[in-house]
Amino acid sequence: MYTFTNKLRNFSIILMVVGFLGLTYGFLTAPDTVEEATAMVADPHHGEGHGTADSHGADHKVDSHAEGEHQAASTHGEEHGEDHHGEHLLHQLQNRPWAALYVAAFFFMMIALGSLAFYAVNRAAQAGWSPTLFRVMEGITAYLLPGALVVFVILLLSGMHFNHLFIWMDPEVVAHDKLIQGKVGFLNVPGFLTRALIYIGGWTTYRYFSRKFSLAQDQAKDISNHKKNFRISAAFLVFFIVTESMMSWDWVMSIDPHWFSTLFGWYVFASMFVSGITTIALITIYLKSKGYLEKVNDSHIHDLGKFMFGVSIFWTYLWFSQFMLIWYSNIPEEVTYFITRIEDYNLPFFGMLVMNFIFPLLILMNSDYKRLNYFIVMAGIVILLGHYIDVFNMIMPSAVGDQWFIGVAELGGFSFFFGLFLFVVFKEISKAPLHAVGDPFMGESERFHY
Amino acid sequence: MSSNQVIHALYDDDDVLLSAVKSIREKKHHIEEVYTPFPVHGLDKALGLAETRISIMAFIYGCIGFAVAVMMMNYIMIEDWPQNIGGKPSFSYLENMPAFVPIMFEMTVFFAAHLMVITFYLRSKLWPFKEAENPNPLTTDDKFLIEIELHNNEKEIKSLLKETGAIDITTIEKKGDDE
Repeated sequence: MYTFTNKLRNFSIILMVVGFLGLTYGFLTAPDTVEEATAMVADPHHGEGHGTADSHGADHKVDSHAEGEHQAASTHGEEHGEDHHGEHLLHQLQNRPWAALYVAAFFFMMIALGSLAFYAVNRAAQAGWSPTLFRVMEGITAYLLPGALVVFVILLLSGMHFNHLFIWMDPEVVAHDKLIQGKVGFLNVPGFLTRALIYIGGWTTYRYFSRKFSLAQDQAKDISNHKKNFRISAAFLVFFIVTESMMSWDWVMSIDPHWFSTLFGWYVFASMFVSGITTIALITIYLKSKGYLEKVNDSHIHDLGKFMFGVSIFWTYLWFSQFMLIWYSNIPEEVTYFITRIEDYNLPFFGMLVMNFIFPLLILMNSDYKRLNYFIVMAGIVILLGHYIDVFNMIMPSAVGDQWFIGVAELGGFSFFFGLFLFVVFKEISKAPLHAVGDPFMGESERFHY
Repeated sequence: MSSNQVIHALYDDDDVLLSAVKSIREKKHHIEEVYTPFPVHGLDKALGLAETRISIMAFIYGCIGFAVAVMMMNYIMIEDWPQNIGGKPSFSYLENMPAFVPIMFEMTVFFAAHLMVITFYLRSKLWPFKEAENPNPLTTDDKFLIEIELHNNEKEIKSLLKETGAIDITTIEKKGDDE
């Protein structure tokens, strides 16, 4: 049995407090009026430079797609001229703490969800190598319920117009936007929130029962719990791949309501899968370094390393598939998505590619390196930060335009949810023996070698 | 001076074979060769073979393929006959790079895979019409064979092999072709 040490508990609480202060600071310093907003940005005309207006401002419609911010504002802008930019800037700056909160909340929820998917894959495939890691995975997935609820609350607040993260929620915007009007059947607040509840309900119900059967299997004399776990895992995977895809449209892609990509669900899935696997590896290595998980050997870490390597490449494959088709066809309403990112988010956009692809590719390619814990830890930290930036790149450009910065609010959001994540995960890990003795594949997993 | 006598022990299970190899090596007998119908996981380690360096070669071959693809596409699409790619007539390799990524990827894989196979053939001295070295055709079906050189210790080895679960043991006079 693992005991949740006071040191770690205090560390996670400090992270949460610091993060909370950072977020509060972010919310308090957000401007309330257009004057404040323009005063905050040193160059008041800074706001003009972003989007696609400069790069290929062929038509005004394109511009508003890229900014995704305010179709209405942009239509207004034609009437009011000057005012538009100030108002636009105000919305972007007001969105910033919300977006910082949302990116971090989504990112840590995504880790738990990715781990849950990996866990279900191992259960459904009746994998022989991984049962020694099941309790670590179950610990990580415990964060899914609180993490997803926090995301849900943020979505609910958006639906109640506390922020402008999702511009399609604003009836004013929809009234002036023909494209969003066509999507109202899907993109409407009640439907959006109902769907969110169905996703979260389905995932956490599976998680609850799977954990229950897993614990019951420890004492059981037959393998009926294991079989039940196998069945619900297979069913969950079907439910998951549909809801995960729809979740990514709802929670991430609809931030840019004009833009769409048909493989977006897979792309987000790859991101969450690799983050989840990396977190499993990092927590396993941490617990092992503290003298727990004595049955976990180098080969288990090696296999997790292979998954980190493989899924990182899979992520790149999807990222590139999405990028290349849009880049090649160069259709204005699609390509604005990447133009904003390349022009305003150059460093995070290409930096993420280095962190999520080139670094793990070169570091984890060698078979021997995957057996060295510090290599896995080093690569893992870079991969996790890279995928945080990936989520950042998915959400920020439409929420804050070129007014992004990894500042107090962003770091605060990250720190808050990191603390919460550690707290929930290690609390859950301390609740059950780390060795799932009853698993019928445990013997195979203990003897696992490469 | 090595004798030309070898002993052939047949096994019908890869796990039994693996433990047999371990116990034979524990007794300090030299295993000449093991013939298996499929790659047995962990056999190379049990035999104490030096680790393969083919992965290093694979990396180098991949790099060569990558470089060839870059130069090839640069020559074909940019220099020799400049192409307007995706309606973006920039005529610069770097700006058109995304269009070449699939080719770079394919050539990397192609070079790595093919040169690796050729390297493997060369290293294992395999070429067309080469006579099979395989002493027993059963090892191409479902049996495993261990070949051990004899130094007037036939009895000792035979009893050891029996213990390890060999289903058939034969002593063979090898033709001295490799001396």
